[in-house]
Amino acid sequence: MRTIALRDALREALHEEMARDESVFVIGEDVIAHGGPYTVTQGIVDKWPDRIFETPIAEAGIVGLGVGAALAGMRPVVEIMYVDFITCAMDEVVNQAAKMRYMTGGQASVPIVIRLPCGPARLVAAQHSQIMESWFMHVPGLQVAAPSTPYDAKGLMKTAIRSPDPVAFFEYKALYVSEGEVPEEDYVIPFGKADIKREGEDATVVAIGGMVPRALEAGVALEDEGYDIEVVDPRTLAPLDMETICESVRRTGRAVVCEMDSSFAGTGAEIAAALAEQCFHDLRAPIVRVGSPHVPMPFAEELVNVTVPDSAAVCDAVRKVMA
Amino acid sequence: MTLNAELSRRIYTDMWRIRLFEEEALRQTSLGSVKGTLHTYCGEEAIAVAVCAHLRDDDYVLGTHRSHGHCLAKGAPMDRMMAELFGRATGSCRAKGGSMHIADFSRNILGANGIVAGGIGPGTGTALASRIRKSDQVSVVFFGDGAAARGPFHEGLLFGSLWKLPVIYVCENNGYQQWVPRKNVAVVDSVADMAASYAIPGVSVDGQDLEAVYEAAGEAVARARNGEGPTLIEARTYRFYGHSLGDMEEYRSREEVDDWRENRDPIKLFSAWMKERQWLGDDEDEAIQGEVAAEVSRSVAYAEESPLPEPEDVLTDVLDTEWRVSA
Ligand SMILES: Cc1ncc(C[n+]2csc(CCOP(=O)(O)OP(=O)(O)O)c2C)c(N)n1
Ligand SMILES: [Mg+2]
Repeated sequence: MRTIALRDALREALHEEMARDESVFVIGEDVIAHGGPYTVTQGIVDKWPDRIFETPIAEAGIVGLGVGAALAGMRPVVEIMYVDFITCAMDEVVNQAAKMRYMTGGQASVPIVIRLPCGPARLVAAQHSQIMESWFMHVPGLQVAAPSTPYDAKGLMKTAIRSPDPVAFFEYKALYVSEGEVPEEDYVIPFGKADIKREGEDATVVAIGGMVPRALEAGVALEDEGYDIEVVDPRTLAPLDMETICESVRRTGRAVVCEMDSSFAGTGAEIAAALAEQCFHDLRAPIVRVGSPHVPMPFAEELVNVTVPDSAAVCDAVRKVMA
Repeated sequence: MTLNAELSRRIYTDMWRIRLFEEEALRQTSLGSVKGTLHTYCGEEAIAVAVCAHLRDDDYVLGTHRSHGHCLAKGAPMDRMMAELFGRATGSCRAKGGSMHIADFSRNILGANGIVAGGIGPGTGTALASRIRKSDQVSVVFFGDGAAARGPFHEGLLFGSLWKLPVIYVCENNGYQQWVPRKNVAVVDSVADMAASYAIPGVSVDGQDLEAVYEAAGEAVARARNGEGPTLIEARTYRFYGHSLGDMEEYRSREEVDDWRENRDPIKLFSAWMKERQWLGDDEDEAIQGEVAAEVSRSVAYAEESPLPEPEDVLTDVLDTEWRVSA
């Protein structure tokens, strides 16, 4: 199978879905120039000049228009240049997109995909480095995807575009250039289906988005110490596939939950709590969470390095649950 | 105050301080010493220096992602700014902010801002504080033309006008919003025209012409200080370098850039303007540039000699941990 980068996989998904369904369109800042800062929307303007909109800097407008277009039967794919700027459009996401189906007693469908490039990269500090998945998980009516591989990115993006309900689609900036095998034929990945990225017997490491490669690195490093870890990637955080996660933890009896964001009130907190509820008697050690300290992203590299968890942090956590 | 020889030389020096500081920062980036990204102000220097020339130390300034110029013009020490770009513990923000968040509260520079239009609401709020405290401090908010699309611009101007707050809105219209020409995404050419919706004066000036900006800013600051409310100034300008590091600049031609650099460089224009008036001799010009270059070198030396932050610093400054309620 051919190997492509994650951003190429996303671009392919967009092109294929736009070819498949004329109601799909793209809207966002700088999405025509260079195909966006991450090149994900490259080439669309050449094929469908009427279905890509390069906007003023106006996030509330961008998302608001997307919601309206979706209500009217279109399928907008919105690019927010950095997830940090989605705060400028939180009303549109939370009050307009997410609750619409419920408030209208099921009449409304808001099939919008909001692409949210996230995570630390290139030392751009506190207002350009956030992750924020847990903010969106907490909103009923939103679906949250966070792919870690090119394969998952393409399959999940296609599902997101076809979904009748809003999707917050997290793209880790640091993973855009990471490569992996992606089939050329059409495929989708259902939401709410975790993927076991590495099989192992000793401990379950649940890793989200940008932490997946770090957990896999930890898996290799820990082999030397005789630990064989299983790495489970939930792929979507809402819906969240606790079944697969619990099944793994029942086998290994040990759980580490890793996210790149601050672990306080984070994604891992939900997973750890659900594990405690559902697998308490299978656990042979307390659950350990890996995440950032509860601080905004600093600027200096030395400070970033002690903020963002690396594979060594995963190794430490595994040693803790194994002890 | 009208421009005289001495003030002009000070302003001119500040323009060079911005230009050479940033060119050195770019050089230090290529050497790997300056980290992160940079949005340079080169080409737009006349605006910050002309506006800040009217400000007192206790007046407030709020900036943008492109704020090295605003900070230097308002009096932020260059060495601590360079140290911030180097990610050193002695930096203006102790290496926690970097280029996009440089701030110096000792000079009432409340910060650069990574969020487009992020400063407009807060800059109207500092003006509200002046009003409540009955002080005659004014606030200046700098922002790009792109910011005029965002809600905070409209909401900020509404409040500023509604309550006649002592604030000056300075829009640096450089014709581009990242990689998109303004004309592709805006419906009015001049941001100054947008002042009409909020019933405040809107003035459009040539941002490369120091005297023009100086005069417009003087009037606006006087109005604000006298309790007559806000002014929106649009300064037409151009940025000489890319939007940020690594910009391939496919959206504009080399000729366009060269033309501005050659014929519309605010430093060249102001130097010629002063020389016409015999306010600046060639020797003095050289001496000024030499002094500024030396200041920039000292700032680099300061940054290089400064310690890196300690890992445990990452946990400080989130909240004021000393603060306690006394029950
Ligand atoms: C709310 C928000 N949206 C998008 C961005 C990304 N961004 C940073 S600068 C910029 C262009 C700003 O253009 P303008 O306001 O004209 O300022 P200039 O860069 O031209 O000085 C964009 C889109 C951002 N920082 N904040
Ligand atoms: Mg601009």
